[in-house]
Order: sequence, then structure tokens, then C-alpha cells
Amino acid sequence: MDIHEYQAKKILSDFGVTIPRGGIVYSPENAENKAREIGGSKWVVKAQIHSGARGKAGGIIVCDSPLEVAQATDKLLGKKLVTNQTGPEGKIVNRIYIEEATDIERELYLGLVFDRSSESIMVVASTEGGMSVEEISKEKPETIIRSKIEVAVGMQSFQARELAFGLGIEPDLIRRASETIIGCYKAFSELDATMVEVNPLVISKQKQILALDCKMSFDNNAMFRRNQVSELRDKTQEDSKEVFASDRGLNYVSLDGNIGNIINGAGLAMASMDMIKLAGGSPANFLDVGGGATPEKIVKAFKLVTMDEKVKVILVNIFAGINRCDWVAEGIVEALKKIEVNVPLVIRLAGTNVEKGNQILKESKINYIEANTLEDAANKAVAALNK
Amino acid sequence: MTVLIDKNSKIIIQGFTGKMGSFHADEMIKYGSNVVGGVTPGKGGSMHLNLPVFNTVKDAVSETGADASILFVPPAFAADSAMEAADAGIKTCVAIVDGIPSHDMIRIKRYMRRYTKSSKMTLVGPNCAGIISPGKSMLGIMPGHIYKEGRIGIISRSGTLGYEAAQQLKNLNIGVSTSVGIGGDPINGSSFRDIIEKFETDDETDAILMIGEIGGPQEVAAGEFAKENMKKPVIAYIAGLTAPKGRVMGHAGAIVSAYGESAIEKVEILKECGITISKNPSVMGDTVKLVLEKM
Repeated sequence: MDIHEYQAKKILSDFGVTIPRGGIVYSPENAENKAREIGGSKWVVKAQIHSGARGKAGGIIVCDSPLEVAQATDKLLGKKLVTNQTGPEGKIVNRIYIEEATDIERELYLGLVFDRSSESIMVVASTEGGMSVEEISKEKPETIIRSKIEVAVGMQSFQARELAFGLGIEPDLIRRASETIIGCYKAFSELDATMVEVNPLVISKQKQILALDCKMSFDNNAMFRRNQVSELRDKTQEDSKEVFASDRGLNYVSLDGNIGNIINGAGLAMASMDMIKLAGGSPANFLDVGGGATPEKIVKAFKLVTMDEKVKVILVNIFAGINRCDWVAEGIVEALKKIEVNVPLVIRLAGTNVEKGNQILKESKINYIEANTLEDAANKAVAALNK
Repeated sequence: MTVLIDKNSKIIIQGFTGKMGSFHADEMIKYGSNVVGGVTPGKGGSMHLNLPVFNTVKDAVSETGADASILFVPPAFAADSAMEAADAGIKTCVAIVDGIPSHDMIRIKRYMRRYTKSSKMTLVGPNCAGIISPGKSMLGIMPGHIYKEGRIGIISRSGTLGYEAAQQLKNLNIGVSTSVGIGGDPINGSSFRDIIEKFETDDETDAILMIGEIGGPQEVAAGEFAKENMKKPVIAYIAGLTAPKGRVMGHAGAIVSAYGESAIEKVEILKECGITISKNPSVMGDTVKLVLEKM
């Protein structure tokens, strides 16, 4: 789960990281007042969407008066911002963050992620803040320093100090820099985060160490014990079909093609997508109804896939184990009574009681194309598309 | 594979009296697994499915001599249950449950560092289908009848794709020594490399089919291990050629976030390690057959 910049900043500041003064607003009037409240003579108006690279997309505007702040807010609110991370459909701006401008002396990079090889938390830092970590590792890999943190004992002061000295931070600021790094680590480990990125982490001309922009992501599996974090979810930033799916216990990812998929198991779903591609087609979605593939889930899956106007063929591929094929077939027949499907439907059943399952489908008089293997299913789906 | 489970493995069910635990315990018993009891804290001393229920894993081990366990406990309590099993001397533990936080998985693995290699429990999963040694024992939730007894080892992150492979092999009259589902989570109990190493020393296995997917370093680590240390042939299929970068594909661990984690990159690296690649998921069985014919 991702959250907004202003939410991440609030969290980090609770863990002792200094952030510029700022506030969230929902209207131009609100913005003007907020700018006056913050004070100073220069402000930054920042569109809050779940994406980086907002600056290049026009989502960050520097202003010299409260009136300009109001105008910039008016310009951004309700707009769809397209960045190199949002896809062509962009993301809607519903919230604006107004922040005092910072006199920047140096820009640094600080990121924390799970390292799956060492099964620890990896802190990554670089002197080249402001660039994405991908760009840094491509263009200035020699500036990257890493520190592996043992989760059982947590981050030690010396580890933070080594990073701070490694970044060339002047001696007077080492202590504050170390506290900042440890604050980020604590936020990561105490809130079940999967990613914390402060980019840039700046040293201001006034010798303050500030988190100027930050991003946080969290482990969905841990949200049961992180109520305060899960409340920060903003569904307007997610694909509406993906929200529909996740609210119903389905794993769904929207894709660009036109063959809709209903499959049980994530691995089998990815494999079926690969087969569609090999057969010359293109998947409209990834959809895993879960290993069990209960009839209820199948009804929901049909509802979801038929919502997508791109879909010209639907491919159902279920490998039944404990949930026998006859039971799955009944679920499909039931689903088709409730949901109208106006595109060709290819069904491949495999596993326990497959003959019985196929017989139920045949006798039900539903309009479908039967397939036997993964390959057969993909070929028939692509052929149905070309008819 | 006798190193993980065999006919003599004495199995207990953690979360025995719950709906899931009861259902799958019954399925395992029907398959022929030697289930000797179960654990549900607070229900110790009672009987369930004609088997004794214990309050703690330690009690269950000392009363029944259990050496294997399977967890059917909710994600919030799964880490605790896995550590309890490790401490009680269980040798092989399967965690079926999907949804254990990654921080908890790291905690389990660090906890288990206190044991020496010979006394350390093998944790398989979470978010997996479990282990089956066809004809001997099933410590999992798979449909047992699709596995034919034989000499191919299967390791898979995905449950249903592992079933697909077993079915393809059966249709070609090829059997399986043991199939291990290592699960779809980013941090898991046993990696491809951990299991592939066990298969290399297993007398009952001739070749290994490894079914991987996008995300994480484990397929490559296993490939590198195989190149340096293995004599038995390894066949691999990697799912997710069409998966977009940066998106989680169902499994929490199926996300490309670094170089070497996409399907194309993994396939290239595995080929360099001398591993035979199954070009698509429809020919996993055929590819194994070709390799066996060359042996």
C-alpha cells in the first residue's frame, strides 16, 4: 500500500525527522490562508498523487505570494497528472500540499528497502539526491553506499554515522544526520513498511537536515495490526477495477490487451498470460481468484472482467484440487445466469473430476468453447478473437 | 524424499480443530499420511478426528514422537506457531497460510539461527501448497491423485502451476519423488537453493523441475548453486514473461524490482548456468521427458 507525500512526512516527523513547515489543502482559498499561516516569502505547491517524477509533469509549482499559491492550487486541483510512473491515464489530484520553500545547499538520497537476498533491511544512500535511484545506479553508481541492518537488533548508531560520514556530511551535522537516518529506519521497522525513500534529503543553507520529498509503502499483509497506517489509503489513486477486486478478495492487475482472464493461482495466471502472448494475443488483465476458486469468487471474477470494455474474449483456466471441477463448473454456470457475457468464452478445466466438470458445462447449454490444455486454451482464445 | 517426509513421518496439525485444519487433516489421513494428532491451545486432552489434541507442540512431540507439522493458523499468529514448532524439535514444518507479514518472516528466520544445522527445522512456505512424496506421505493441501510415484523432484513457488506440472508428467507416465511448494511470499522458509540441494543428495530423485516466476533472487541463486555443485539435471520454467514491471502479480513476492528479477533475465541467467528451460508452461512435462531420454 502506498501513501501520499504529506502523510509520509507526518509519519517521519513523528520519528524525529525534520520536515519543512507545511499543510494540506483542498481549495484555493484554503491554500492562500495556509501560505499566510506558514509565513515567509516563497512557497512550494505540491500536487499529492501516488507517483514520483511529479515535478517534470508540472505537479510542483514554486510561488512568490499567497495569491500565486491560490492560483497554482486552482490550476492543479482536479487535474489528471501524467508522470512516467502513472501510465497514460494519469492520476487525479484531489489534495494539495503547501510547503515553505527551502534554501538548498546539498541534495542527498536516502532509501530503505527489504533486501530479499540477505533477508534484512537495506539502507541505500547517495550524494546525488534529486535523481531517481535507478538513474543514480546507472549514471553515478560509485556514489551509492549501502548498509545492511539486522532486524533482530535494529539499526545501531555507528551504522547511521558511517552512512552520514560516507555522504560527506560536515562534522557538526553528523549527529543530526544520524538521528534522521535512524528515524527513517524506526518508521520502517515499527510500521511494517516495505519502502521508505527520502529524495532529496537536503542540507539547507541554514544547516538544517530536512526531508524535502518522501515516499512510503507498506506491507498489505501487516495492515491488520496497523490501523493508523491503513486509514491513510487513498482509493482515488488506484485503478477502480483493482479497488473493486481487492475489496472482494481477488488479485487483479489491469493490463492493456483484450483477452480477459479468470484463473486460480498466481503462478498459473502468469503462465496463462504467457501462453496467450505466445499464441499471438494480449491479456487484458491478471486475475487470480485464489487456489480454491470457490463459486462465489468466480461470480465476482466474471463481474469484474465483464466491467472492462477492452475485453473481447474471456479465458477461464481453473486447475481444481480439493475444490473439484464439478463444483467449479456449477459455479461458472451459476455465474453466467447472473452475469451477461457478450463475448466468446473459452473454458479450460483440469484436475480433480475434470470429466464431470466438462459434462456439467456441456449440459448447461451455456455458450462456450471447451479447451483441454493450457496451450489449447490460449490458441482457442486468440482464434475466437480473430473471428 | 526421505530428507523431508516419508511414510514414517509423524505429522501433527497446528490449528487442528479449526475448519481448515480439520478438513485438510482428514484429506491427509485419507491419502495415507501418518497424522498422529494436533495442537489447539486450550483444547488439550480432548479428541478430534479420533486423534489426541494437545495444548502445546512440546506436549504433542513428547507424547506422540511427532517430527513434522503443518500450520493452519491465521496469519497474525503464524510466526508464533512456526517458532513453537522449531523449539519443540519438529524437523519439517509446512506453513500453508497466505498473508504473514514480511517482518514476521524475518523474525522467524532469525529466531531459527539459534539451532545448529543438524537440529534446525526445515520450514516450507508460507503461502504454499505444501509437500507430497507420492505414495508415501502428503503434508499439504494438494490433490494427491494427480501425482504419480516416480523419480522427478518438483519445486514450485506457485501451487496450481505445480499441479499443472505434476499432471503433465503423469500424462507422460512420469512420476514424482517429492514435490515441494516453497510459496509465493518475498521472504520464505526454504528457498529454491535449499530444496534443490536436498534433491541432489536424495537417492530417490533423478532430475529436478524448478518452477519459478518473476521477482526475487532465488531462482538465480539456485541456478548458480546447480552450476557449481550439482550432477543431476535441472529443468526450469519461469512464469511472468508478460508481467508488467513494478506490479505485484498475485503473490506478494511476484514483483520485479531489480535487475535479474524479470522472467526474461532469469531465463537467460539460468541458461548460462546450464539449466534446461521449458519454453512455455505447456511443455514442462515434455521438456523433462527430453532430458530424461538424454540421460
